[in-house]
Amino acid sequence: MEVTQVLFNAQSIDGTVRKNAEESLKQFQEQNLPGFLLSLSGELANEEKPSETRKLAGLILKNALDAKEQHRKFELVQRWLSLDATAKSQIKACLLQTLSSPVFDAHSTTSQVIAKVAGIELPQKQWPELIGSLLSNVHQIPAYAKQATLETLGYLCEEVSPDVIDQDQVNKILTAVVQGMSASEGNIDVRLAATRALYNALGFAQANFSNDMERDYIMRVVCEATLSPEVRIRQAAFECLVSISSTYYEKLTPYIQDIFNITSKAVREDEEPVALQAIEFWSSICDEEIDILEEYGGEFTGDSDVPCFYFIKKALPALVPMLLETLLKQEEDQDQDEGAWNIAMAGGTCLGLVAQTVGDDIVPLVVPFVEENITKPDWRQREAATYAFGSILDGPSPENLIPLVNVALTFMLSALTKDPNSHVKDTTAWALGRIFEFLLGLAVDLPIITQANCQQIVTVLLQSMKDTPNVAEKACGALYFLAQGYEGEGEPSPLTPFFQEIVQSLLTVTHREDVGDSRLRTAAYETLNEVVRCSTVETAPLVLQLVAVIMMELHNTLESQKLSSEEREKQSELQGLLCGCLQVIIQKLGSSETTKYAFMQYADQIMGLFLRVFACRSATVHEEAMLAIGALAYATGADFAKYMPEFYRYLEMGLQNFEEYQVCAVTVGVVGDISRALEEKIVPYCDGIMTQLLKNLSSNQLHRSVKPPIFSCFGDIALAVGEYFEKYLMWAMSALQSAADLSTHIAGDDELVEYTNSLRNGILEAYSGIFQGFKNSPKTQLLIPYAPHILQFLDGIYMEKDMDDMVMKTAIGVLGDLADTLGNHASSMIQQSVSSKDFLNECLSSEDLLVKESAQWAKLAISRAISV
Amino acid sequence: MAPHDIRRPFKRAAISDQQKRRELSLLRQAQNRRDAQQQARCLASSILSLQSAAPESQPEQSDTEIETVPESEQESEAFSKDLDVRQASKLRGPEVRKWFARQLMLPEWMIDVPDRLAQDWYVFARPAGKRCFVVSSNGTTVSRQRNGSILHHFPSALPAGAKIRDGSGSAQSYCILDCIFHELDQTYYVIDMVCWNGYSLYDCTAEFRFYWLNSKLEESGACNAPSHYHKFRFSAVPVYNCDSSGLYSAYTGVVPYAKDGLLFYNKHALYQTGNTPLALVWKDENCSQYVIDTDGKGEIPSQQQVVLELQDDRKLVTSDDPPVLFGCLDGDIIEKSGLHTGNLLRFAIGDGGLSFADGKLEKADLIYLGKSNRARAFADSYSKVLFQFMVRHSPLKIDDLLASINSANDQEKTPSDIEMVG
Repeated sequence: MEVTQVLFNAQSIDGTVRKNAEESLKQFQEQNLPGFLLSLSGELANEEKPSETRKLAGLILKNALDAKEQHRKFELVQRWLSLDATAKSQIKACLLQTLSSPVFDAHSTTSQVIAKVAGIELPQKQWPELIGSLLSNVHQIPAYAKQATLETLGYLCEEVSPDVIDQDQVNKILTAVVQGMSASEGNIDVRLAATRALYNALGFAQANFSNDMERDYIMRVVCEATLSPEVRIRQAAFECLVSISSTYYEKLTPYIQDIFNITSKAVREDEEPVALQAIEFWSSICDEEIDILEEYGGEFTGDSDVPCFYFIKKALPALVPMLLETLLKQEEDQDQDEGAWNIAMAGGTCLGLVAQTVGDDIVPLVVPFVEENITKPDWRQREAATYAFGSILDGPSPENLIPLVNVALTFMLSALTKDPNSHVKDTTAWALGRIFEFLLGLAVDLPIITQANCQQIVTVLLQSMKDTPNVAEKACGALYFLAQGYEGEGEPSPLTPFFQEIVQSLLTVTHREDVGDSRLRTAAYETLNEVVRCSTVETAPLVLQLVAVIMMELHNTLESQKLSSEEREKQSELQGLLCGCLQVIIQKLGSSETTKYAFMQYADQIMGLFLRVFACRSATVHEEAMLAIGALAYATGADFAKYMPEFYRYLEMGLQNFEEYQVCAVTVGVVGDISRALEEKIVPYCDGIMTQLLKNLSSNQLHRSVKPPIFSCFGDIALAVGEYFEKYLMWAMSALQSAADLSTHIAGDDELVEYTNSLRNGILEAYSGIFQGFKNSPKTQLLIPYAPHILQFLDGIYMEKDMDDMVMKTAIGVLGDLADTLGNHASSMIQQSVSSKDFLNECLSSEDLLVKESAQWAKLAISRAISV
Repeated sequence: MAPHDIRRPFKRAAISDQQKRRELSLLRQAQNRRDAQQQARCLASSILSLQSAAPESQPEQSDTEIETVPESEQESEAFSKDLDVRQASKLRGPEVRKWFARQLMLPEWMIDVPDRLAQDWYVFARPAGKRCFVVSSNGTTVSRQRNGSILHHFPSALPAGAKIRDGSGSAQSYCILDCIFHELDQTYYVIDMVCWNGYSLYDCTAEFRFYWLNSKLEESGACNAPSHYHKFRFSAVPVYNCDSSGLYSAYTGVVPYAKDGLLFYNKHALYQTGNTPLALVWKDENCSQYVIDTDGKGEIPSQQQVVLELQDDRKLVTSDDPPVLFGCLDGDIIEKSGLHTGNLLRFAIGDGGLSFADGKLEKADLIYLGKSNRARAFADSYSKVLFQFMVRHSPLKIDDLLASINSANDQEKTPSDIEMVG
């Protein structure tokens, strides 16, 4: 095959030519993978070939080694590993050779391909000579080869995990990288490549950061690089500092003063991309200290893994003025631009984080700035003052803030109506939202909102909803938090008298002509949702009236026909908002018997609308509609059976949606809702549902996060249908067993442990549901053969010592369910298990209420089983 | 390697409403799943206990108010099959009285000192006040006295005891507490726990129930000062092992309530409804204002009074199971006063007193006074009559109790098997 020509054609502007070329590449790959990869790497290495085809060859090579989807990635890795060794070493030789190519496209693509191969081979202890030969390249004369090699090292560090490379090689990599960064390196591109490589290599430098001399050296070089004349190098060096601030927080003490000087100079004088990174350094320190202090607060012992060095508190007198200065550097139209990110925004965000970190200490440093600027003629000063005030509302104690807020509130309400500048109004509405978010619902002597000012607040906010879209959106946001402030109070909320007016205004906002161009409509519906969630008994009749209104809106979206794909997308988005709103209303009205009864008159119509929303699409189901149906099933109970014949196909469609796994997960949850609602009436649909669920479990294309809920769903179904579950018992148990086996012997990062725990929880909920479902049935003996494995599983997770409270609770509950259902059939088995002794005792003395309760249940059930 | 994006959310809530809706849905589903499981686990067992606690609906046929409506008997029979405490709290009229009267564990009066007091028994000072069942369910709390009448209907911090939050609270959750309402500090003193948060404790030993009571009650916030959602304070009472120091503490210790005698609970006894000898009450003048029964005016009558039930064959019996026969009523009194079988009647014990043979009551000198107060659900128990009789003649003193514990201790010290150590 003449690869060059095909690669050319694959970039043709002629669609047919391109398609043919892509097709023949695909065939080549499928029929002869080694040949395919060899010719691509040959193309890449050949200095006589044009740079476009070399670059494309490199990209296709890269895509033959890695993919975003986990299952596809796994497949590609396996294919590479099983490739003929000779072919592989030929390819790798080509790659290393290309790294020294003077053609930029060739060597820069190659560095990425090498990193991908390394990502596969190094963990398998293959390609041991790679790092050595890369390092020998660093001393090559042509600067471009040096640059390419440093880039490769950077990508490599991004690709493989630190434990794969031994310390000796790490040392060599770091030495090469840091040398490349140093001021003595004359070539800017090399120095930049080295600095960016260090960013990725920092994770490998644990040992080196523990060594004072080496750490001093690295830090010195990084700090020097922040002073480079080349802006990209300065930016990359600050990125390294940001990364160091979170990875090596506990090592920063000796350098923090210098870093402060460097960052504050950069914030004040440097170009924006650099200044943004400099601010980010302090935001990142705040993140660290907030986490550490939170852990302090959580534990009475006060011994955390990482001590807090209070860098922010110490830097406060200099840091806060620096951040306040940035607030005055707003861009004219930043509020209209969704993607905007500038120094004023970064500085304001950092100020908010500083407030969270230090609490009360920030107040005296910010208040004078607010007082001085809030009435100035220049809008920048008024906006900066308002932003500063808004950003310190989360952190300091309410006692400290409430007197200030009580003074400021009237001024802010008047600014929101009268200030001539839209930017100031936007920020004022946002700051009001922050006041309501953080300072309502507290038991304080002087509440911010009183019967006296409530009317004014509501009036001003509703008025602002008619302002420009960005101001209106923030006003909706403020109202959202105002409503939230009275959630669950039970007592007549001061908002109750305004309920009708508020709802009406929000509905009006959703019909604004300019609503489509911003987040405004979403904000209005979200606020409406919160107002409904937080409403009280008094306004229940009004919420009930809202049902018909929202139904009509949803109905209207279904009338438009022959839509363009863009219009269709907008329609779907609006349907999502309306279904979401109905879901909230259903859940609200369904939670009390009286309102539920009144709501039921609409159930048929609503269900009809949901079904029509589903019918708008051919292949997928609407997630929001599915969520709303779950709420409806819960509210209607057994009557939901009448909707099943029509609804069932969408349920199945939702369960089959692997691509949008959120939709699949939501549908699985709805199956649970329906099981509880229908109980044995779900039987006619069980065959289909169980088949699909079992299929989902065995698929490696489905996102793994959906699997635990599927297991829980087995439990829901079993509990609903009782001994009828016998039909599926063998299949379900075998799926549960293999998942249980997988979920015991695991070792990995936090994320894996968390996933494993959610998987265990799902498995255990399934067992609970099955045992309870079979209880008191003549078929309980069917479960006896599974008991030993289940007890072994319980013992296993107890031994592993890495379960969370949730799993502990479910696990010990399963022990109780097993004893309860099997009774004396299982008594000797139970008595032999570790779970029934040590595990049970541990749970009985647990601090966690739910764990203890489950354990008491288990104790009771076991004592009954044994005594019978 | 492009620069890394450091944009942070600006003037935005950290979480989208859609994500919030998803999470709230998941939360609701998890809660519903828990409820369904909990229901499967617990409700069945507590209904069973309640049914078995009320098997002898036969003797209760004597209740005239029920007998007059023959069908209701059948109905209530069927009813009791699905009987659930939460439904029971909605019962009305005589049904209630009947049902609740049967649900409390009623201590016998201590007429002699049980063995192994120090090892097997708890003791605590009984608060003076109204004995009642407190049931929290479905967002409200009801307290009912022994005769089934409602004392208070109020919100409380007990699980399911108040309507708060958005209905995410468990629908199946409920609690039943055995309490004494102490007027002076308006506090419910919890003396036993029957169901907690849907878990039935009927089948549990007193040892376990008291442990559970102490940990759960505090955790629930029910012991907090009254507030809008928690109208009355609940409090546990200090319970002691009934060794000599425990007994002494219960007897003399300072408690925030007025004492009305001491209660003794056998550690291994399950919550048994009706009269039980595994819970005992004892009192003297030091630990109770009400040692000797008073009449309706609050005065101590010169002669001991008893309430007995009239049976078919004119027999007068106690509320015990089996009933203890105290004598027979003259036919003409029955006719003259229009008495019916099942009536509860008040008598005085005359100078002839009670006479015993072989530890059994042989003869009682009864003087008919009239019908008892309609609010009464039961006749007196044998132990009560006897305790009152002893109080007036030869009371069981605190020293007798202490002496019994000490002598038991001495016995413990008698030689036992010796372990060989070679």
